[in-house]
Amino acid sequence: MTGFRIEKGGLINRDTKLNFTFDGKAFTGHNGDTLASALIANGVHLMGRSFKYHRPRGVISAGSSEPNALVELRENGRKEANTRATMVELYDGLMAKSQNRWPSLQHDILAINSLASSIFVAGFYYKTFMWPKSFWEKIYEPLIRKAAGLGTASREADPDTYEKSYAHCDVLVIGSGPAGLMAALTAGRAGVRVILADEGSALGGSLLFENEEIAGQSGYDWAQGILAELASLPNVTLMPRSTIFGWFDGNIFGALERVNDHVAVPAPFEPRQRYWRIHANRAVLAAGAEERPLVFGGNDVPGVMLASAMRHYANRFAAAAGKSIVVFTNNSSAARTVTDMQKHGVNVSAVIDTRKGERILAVKGGKQVVAVNGTPCDAVAMSGGWSPIVNLMCHRGAKPIWNEGIAGFTPPDVGPEFTAIGSAAGHMLLSECLAGGVRAGTVKGRTEAAPQCRDEAFAIQPFWWVKESVGKAFIDYQNDATAKDLPLATREGYGHVELAKRYTTTGMATDQGKLGNVNAIAILAEASGKTIAEMGTTTFRPFYTPVSFGAFTGPFTGHHFQPVRKTPLHDWCVEQGAVFVESGLWMRSAWFPQAGEDWLAAATREVKATRSGVGLCDVSTLGKIDIQGKDAGLFLDHLYCNTFSTLSIGKARYGIMLREDGIAFDDGTTSRLAEDHFVMTTTTANAARVMSHIEFCHQVHWPELDVQYVSVTEQWAQMAIAGPKARATLQKLVDNLQLSDETMPYLAARDVTILGDVTARLFRISFSGEHAYELAVPADYGNAVARSIMQAGAEFNIAPYGVEALSIMRIEKGHVAGGELNGTTTAGDLGLGKMMSTKKDYIGRAMSMRAGLADPARQCVVGIKPVDRSMKIRSGGHLLKQGDAPSLQADQGYICSVAWSPMLDMWLGLALLSNGRARIGEIVKVFDGLRGHHYLAEICDPVHFDPKNERLHA
Amino acid sequence: MLIPCPHCGTRPVEEFTFLGDATPTRPATPDDPKWYSYVYERDNPRGRFDEFVHHSGGCRAWLVVSRDTKTHAVFSALTAADFKRKQKP
Amino acid sequence: MKYSLFSLLRNSLSGHKNWSPAWRSPEPKKEYDIIIVGGGGHGLATAYYLAKIHGLKNIAVLEKNHIGSGNVGRNTTIIRSNYQLPGNNPFYELSMKLWEGLEQDFNFNAMVSQRGVLNLYHTDAQRDAFARRGNAMHLDGVDAELLEAHAVRDMYPFFDHDNPRFPIKGGLLQRRGGTVRHDAVAWGYARGADLRGVDILQGCELTGIDTENGKVVGVQTSRGAIRCKKLALCAAGHSSEVAAMAGLKLPIESHVLQAFVSEGLKPYIDGVVTFGAGHFYVSQSDKGGLVFGGDIDGYNSYAQRGNLPMVEHVIEAGVAMVPSLSRVRALRSWGGVMDMTMDGSPIIDKTSVHGLYLNAGWCYGGFKATPASGWCYAYLIAKDEPHTVAKAYRMDRFRTGHMLDEKGQGATPNLH
Repeated sequence: MTGFRIEKGGLINRDTKLNFTFDGKAFTGHNGDTLASALIANGVHLMGRSFKYHRPRGVISAGSSEPNALVELRENGRKEANTRATMVELYDGLMAKSQNRWPSLQHDILAINSLASSIFVAGFYYKTFMWPKSFWEKIYEPLIRKAAGLGTASREADPDTYEKSYAHCDVLVIGSGPAGLMAALTAGRAGVRVILADEGSALGGSLLFENEEIAGQSGYDWAQGILAELASLPNVTLMPRSTIFGWFDGNIFGALERVNDHVAVPAPFEPRQRYWRIHANRAVLAAGAEERPLVFGGNDVPGVMLASAMRHYANRFAAAAGKSIVVFTNNSSAARTVTDMQKHGVNVSAVIDTRKGERILAVKGGKQVVAVNGTPCDAVAMSGGWSPIVNLMCHRGAKPIWNEGIAGFTPPDVGPEFTAIGSAAGHMLLSECLAGGVRAGTVKGRTEAAPQCRDEAFAIQPFWWVKESVGKAFIDYQNDATAKDLPLATREGYGHVELAKRYTTTGMATDQGKLGNVNAIAILAEASGKTIAEMGTTTFRPFYTPVSFGAFTGPFTGHHFQPVRKTPLHDWCVEQGAVFVESGLWMRSAWFPQAGEDWLAAATREVKATRSGVGLCDVSTLGKIDIQGKDAGLFLDHLYCNTFSTLSIGKARYGIMLREDGIAFDDGTTSRLAEDHFVMTTTTANAARVMSHIEFCHQVHWPELDVQYVSVTEQWAQMAIAGPKARATLQKLVDNLQLSDETMPYLAARDVTILGDVTARLFRISFSGEHAYELAVPADYGNAVARSIMQAGAEFNIAPYGVEALSIMRIEKGHVAGGELNGTTTAGDLGLGKMMSTKKDYIGRAMSMRAGLADPARQCVVGIKPVDRSMKIRSGGHLLKQGDAPSLQADQGYICSVAWSPMLDMWLGLALLSNGRARIGEIVKVFDGLRGHHYLAEICDPVHFDPKNERLHA
Repeated sequence: MLIPCPHCGTRPVEEFTFLGDATPTRPATPDDPKWYSYVYERDNPRGRFDEFVHHSGGCRAWLVVSRDTKTHAVFSALTAADFKRKQKP
Repeated sequence: MKYSLFSLLRNSLSGHKNWSPAWRSPEPKKEYDIIIVGGGGHGLATAYYLAKIHGLKNIAVLEKNHIGSGNVGRNTTIIRSNYQLPGNNPFYELSMKLWEGLEQDFNFNAMVSQRGVLNLYHTDAQRDAFARRGNAMHLDGVDAELLEAHAVRDMYPFFDHDNPRFPIKGGLLQRRGGTVRHDAVAWGYARGADLRGVDILQGCELTGIDTENGKVVGVQTSRGAIRCKKLALCAAGHSSEVAAMAGLKLPIESHVLQAFVSEGLKPYIDGVVTFGAGHFYVSQSDKGGLVFGGDIDGYNSYAQRGNLPMVEHVIEAGVAMVPSLSRVRALRSWGGVMDMTMDGSPIIDKTSVHGLYLNAGWCYGGFKATPASGWCYAYLIAKDEPHTVAKAYRMDRFRTGHMLDEKGQGATPNLH
């Protein structure tokens, strides 16, 4: 408990008092604090436990790279695991808990793992836990899983909302430090559209905490002036709290805006977070550089932190990490920490500089630093040099370049669309940063002068690992990967940087190696006698920092996961009490239950009503494509395996389309309304694919044909009127036309008007096997027309019927649908082989002649019914020859569709059976191991009901 | 990824549906020996590639987009008809 | 050195200084009997079984990067044998059986974990398709259970069972399915092959295939020319490129499939679950990260990375299935290059060039197939005839019309 609140200064508002709890203990802080800074100011260093050894850990950084100070923030549905305390803006009532410890952060039983650390080296688990075999899954793995992981995720739905947005700009500036501000200002004054985004809660980058001098003012004051001007420019958008997390093709950037993470609960109608896709003509990376830890024994004891983080906490948050500190560095930048901390009254008890041959050899302390090399202290500031934040520029595959001068990887040249400036580009002088900003912000010669500033030379002598120090030296803090693991990996053959990463887990923690990777690469390089440049980096991939699932989801959740398609007759279906079923995006009426009816009772009644009187069914979901033009008939001949150019005007014909590989694609009726005018129907499932296919065939294969087409699925409400009283019912609606077998024979199709003035198309076609019609009316008339049909049919006890009854009737009639038309059957398999013309070229003809598609042993559609007529059968049962033992080799086919037949008073179905048409009458064994049901069934003609189609013409 | 549709201008990738290799030509007769190759074999280069792309969420045109499969750089987009015309000597 | 708790303890006494390399780094010889192109899971497994089962010694595996740098190191680690076609199921079941004894066999803990693979269904049609598939599995002696909604609810109570768009109506469960530590598969096979004398040549890129009179005689590589009697291609997403070196054009397109991992969490989702109303599948690694993926981006690509629309698409489906995932964070995304065939099934076959063999077309299902692929490819190479469970994977099936199309999508690779 040695950190403290510095009495004066900082960007916190001391007039505010914010109450918060950490592990149930109450603390206070101020507006402007982060959770981490408030904890430090309250003297709390121990903030987390590591992954493997459960070592006590304190905060290392002051930003998004934090690997240690991860907390479970908030509660219940709002609980977030693994939240970086360094990025959490303090709000009143904040509740946070430490994680990955039991029973408490102070006393964690699994810290016992440290005792076995001589065994728990990199990759140890690949070498053991193999005997006895069953123990892995039963004992070892459950234990490991319980011990592993970090925070606990909520199992309640998230009460907050998220948004998705798009933005377009001429220049996207990523990072709002001195370089980014100068770039945004220069481009902003030039008048182009600028977006300035920064992950921080306030804009200003390093100027929020570093003591700089620019244009005769403090760096902070200069930044505030620039920000005020930027805010006043209409062409500039400022995006604080916005992390650019990925760079994608087309110079598109993904961004996460934390709109309301700094309050307890978002205001009404405001999202928690907003996901952005930013299309930038040009982008500028001004993300700065990440300070590296030094690698020495005890570099993870709470109180050891990055030198820049220590002064960040002190200067910006007035939170001093300790009363007496030791500074350990290999470069010049840590001198700032010495000056700044002394200014705040902190005692700097030692500066240990590797450039002078000095080392930290021993850190004393468990949950808090007590002494370094025997010198008492309560915190250690370390600086191992700086790594330009190159991540985004490497997201599309380019590799960064090792720069010996700054001892860091600098960004690759990825072209003019995306350039780096400032310390992200490896420029360590402030004047270079400002000049780079001017350069990057210049648009068509419109430029600015960079302001004067005070420069501080940067010098570094790389130093990678104090091998002689006592205790574990950590590379990847969170995953407990130590320096020694890397030479071990190299000795064992895992020396390639990507293999070492996977073998030791270095760089795989939630910070993705932001702090440790360069240290790891240097140590690996040494272990295998290579240079750092030869060793290279692992792959930088999105996301720069982790992004919540909710942000990617936006509003497309729950009911809005996918759009809902309702038919034009939806209201009528609702009036009739329909139960709806999802069919792709459509909601289709499945059955219309009356009091006390379950689905089967309702569907049975609907079938009986239809087959004895008349039924009305909404078939609007069928795809409808209007095809016109001089060559429309010829075009349809190419599309369908059967011929349409010969179809008479006023006639409908059933057609089968194949894919180019000869397999059946879709079916439906297509009608000729005029010499140059057809209307095609497709299945509900394939409507969109058929449309694309038609466009492909015309635009790519036969562009010379004079034909146009358009989807009219949503323009027409379509209903089937089926049953012996269908004609009598319809007659009451149709104007000026006496319906008869002469005026409206089977397969007739014609324009009519109904109800006095409503345009309609009438087709005498039947899926149910009844004397039936399909009537299409403009979508807006659908509900009214359906109501009129119900009135007209009242005297015949008309019943609305849904897709269940539709399905029963089509199975009774042996008509194929999705279960049979499943993308692997041929027209022949479906019993429609005779439709395949031999006189014309059509899609799929050539490939349908392959031996494998013409093989008589192929499975084809047959009817099936249980030998025990009282038995229920189900889809998915496989068929075996009687006497054959169950095996996949003996498999003869399977049941694809079943229905309870109200007309035949039994369950029956359609099956695909090898050489099925030759096996009518055979008794087969149905194997349904899933449901423990094996029984005998009879193979029969697929047309179970009314085999002579007498009802169709009745 | 952005595709410069010749009708609609530059549009984002999710408006488009890809169908692959645009170079094979459909054989004219059912007994042509090239049918197998046409339906099943594909140019699959790592680098510049001419592919069928449908602007399914836009103007509904079938395009031939020339694109690098290694970098995803898009070089050009023509309507299928224009591509065919250009292909002919 | 055999790996065991004992060897681990003994080495801990010497500060782990005495571990020998898991595999050697040999110089290429002038000639090998068999050269395998591709040091991924399938290639290394092939080498391992050629040496172990068929007793062949003079074998090299060429890998242009480092071993395991392709799809075996960038997948979602799922194993299962829940296929329905007779040409597929016995092959994947052989693979499952090999997984079940793999670690003891190659003395490397690959963390094979049979946590169960559950495919959710949301419609009657999906249920019927799963019933067909599950019964096919039963016919082959493979475990499968068709669960009703309440059973799924009992397993995963915090899923959105009553999703207002696509309620969960049940699922097909294969309890023997699960996950495996993917990198360890490559390493275990590599170590096992190396111990049996196989030369693993990393940083050795194939640049040409030498043939004489229609017969393979050697290869050109970035490390020089090497002669061989048999050449076995096993290059996954790069199959078209390497086959082109021998003048072959394949029924394959290369596509990018993205995968993702979340930040580490305490145990959250126990098994592997696939959503049936969107493209999303998920499991949790031993380290605690949720490993998840969805559909391919849809365009030909060798870039090993994808784009944002598919990221959104996958995660939207994930949150539809498990609403509490909303506050979980996605940590990293990556992409693999998938060798997508025209029927969604692989090819293990001889080619028209004598001595040249092809193992390719694993679409996005290659990881689970690794042991059986190596087993059957080794059999083909050693005996010049197909293994009985891989007979359907011949390349001429497209020519003859004997496609193995589990999904019924036809010659449109990005739909498989």
